Amino acid sequence: MNADEITGLVVPRRGQSVWLITLSAGAMAFLAVFSLALALGATQLAQSWGAALSQTATIRLSAPPDEMDTQTELVLEVLRTTPGIEAAQVMVPDEQAALLEAWLGPDLPLDALPLPRLIEVTETPEGPDRQGLRLRLAAEAPGAVYDDHTRWRRPLAEAAGRLRALALVSLGLIGGVTGAIIALAASVALASNRQVIGVLRLVGAQDRFIARAFVRRISLRAGLGALAGTALGMAAMAALPQAGGDVHLLAGLGFRGAGWALPLLIPPLAILLAWGAARATAFRVLRRVT
Amino acid sequence: MIVCEELGHEYGGGPLFRDVTLRLEKGSFHFLTGPSGAGKSTFLKLCYGELLPSRGTISVMGEAMGKVSRDELAEIRQRIGVVHQDCQFLDHLTVAQNVALPLATTRRALREDDVNDLLAWVGLDRHADALPPTLSGGERQRAALARAVIGAPEILLADEPTGNLDWEMSQRLMSLMIELNRMGTAVLVATHDLQLIRFAKSQINARVLRIAQRRMQVAGAEL
Repeated sequence: MNADEITGLVVPRRGQSVWLITLSAGAMAFLAVFSLALALGATQLAQSWGAALSQTATIRLSAPPDEMDTQTELVLEVLRTTPGIEAAQVMVPDEQAALLEAWLGPDLPLDALPLPRLIEVTETPEGPDRQGLRLRLAAEAPGAVYDDHTRWRRPLAEAAGRLRALALVSLGLIGGVTGAIIALAASVALASNRQVIGVLRLVGAQDRFIARAFVRRISLRAGLGALAGTALGMAAMAALPQAGGDVHLLAGLGFRGAGWALPLLIPPLAILLAWGAARATAFRVLRRVT
Repeated sequence: MIVCEELGHEYGGGPLFRDVTLRLEKGSFHFLTGPSGAGKSTFLKLCYGELLPSRGTISVMGEAMGKVSRDELAEIRQRIGVVHQDCQFLDHLTVAQNVALPLATTRRALREDDVNDLLAWVGLDRHADALPPTLSGGERQRAALARAVIGAPEILLADEPTGNLDWEMSQRLMSLMIELNRMGTAVLVATHDLQLIRFAKSQINARVLRIAQRRMQVAGAEL
């Protein structure tokens, strides 16, 4: 028997508030795992979409059929002599057909259509002077349009950014709601243990001792709940479909590598949150209880 | 140790008692008597700060009750042992843990041997691991006394400590309080048991205070 042991026991283990704290912390930790995954996934998606489209460009060349090859050569010559261009490659008809098949179907006679010729351009990290390049192309091959994917990248980046913001707001809301629930549960726990508080005060316990006893119990319960919720959340994330095939979006929403360590921060953060919420509530309630 | 100046307390819109001026010195032994509802328990509650006076002042160990912070009040209570009429315990803790509570809550040195010795002193050594609800009325009173004195209090306040006990057990409990008083603790016992008062007065020099007609008086020699 020692003082710490008794301090840990003065608040009864039973009580609805104890279950409320454990369950709410568990549920919120479970949701926090998914919000965290969403935030990480959105960041990864933004990075991968950006990486896939940055430092690349496409030149779309429209010209009469008899001038197409000549203008293609002119465009390639312009590109070869432009600083900031690493490589340029004309897309072969089969690749072009494969791209269009998704939109026009496999049976359309593409040979009969006046399709523009596409040239894939790889830029150096510094990139070319795009305005100057566009002027040169306009002069040498008037049917060539230099597309650096900006109009595709911007909405993708914006979408990913909003998705990430949404996930972070969700995490904030989860934290706020958890704090509010724990504060409420702490208030209920203190109110339903007035007799305990009365006895402790009778024997000379100061508010900080009483508060510590309650906060300790509440934080421990919140930590246990959060640990269980986090474990379940991580198991659920692990059970999500893996990357590959046609599930590119889902593939970005899981944890990868060291990212799996991040949800492990949820239980200690839950304990910290519960400690703060319960402590503030305990002192507020104890000031009122005479 | 306890100084009252024109102390008064109101209850239910009227005065329960008034104009109480007295001084309880270190190492003294006092009984507080009076009919039921006269305000004996209320006076004890004023002594350990559970109630505040409606009029006048009460100072305990130099501190004016009602003018101290909650933390200061707690520090005063650490120097006072209280035996309640209804023996409030934490029912989910063992008797030994309840008895050790005043030390645990104030981070004072806690030795299991001391707790066991004290439980043996009140005859509860075999009930150390029992839960309070399983104890009889007399055992609860003795456990409450053990808890009240484990912190070596300078003042012991006991409210009808023998109310639930037979005469033999009442004598035993009173003997424990007398022994404590001989070690220097000021004792104030609220009781209406005149036989118990006579038993104590046969062994020590105890004064008897009586609350009657809303006044506190020193009782006469008939006691």
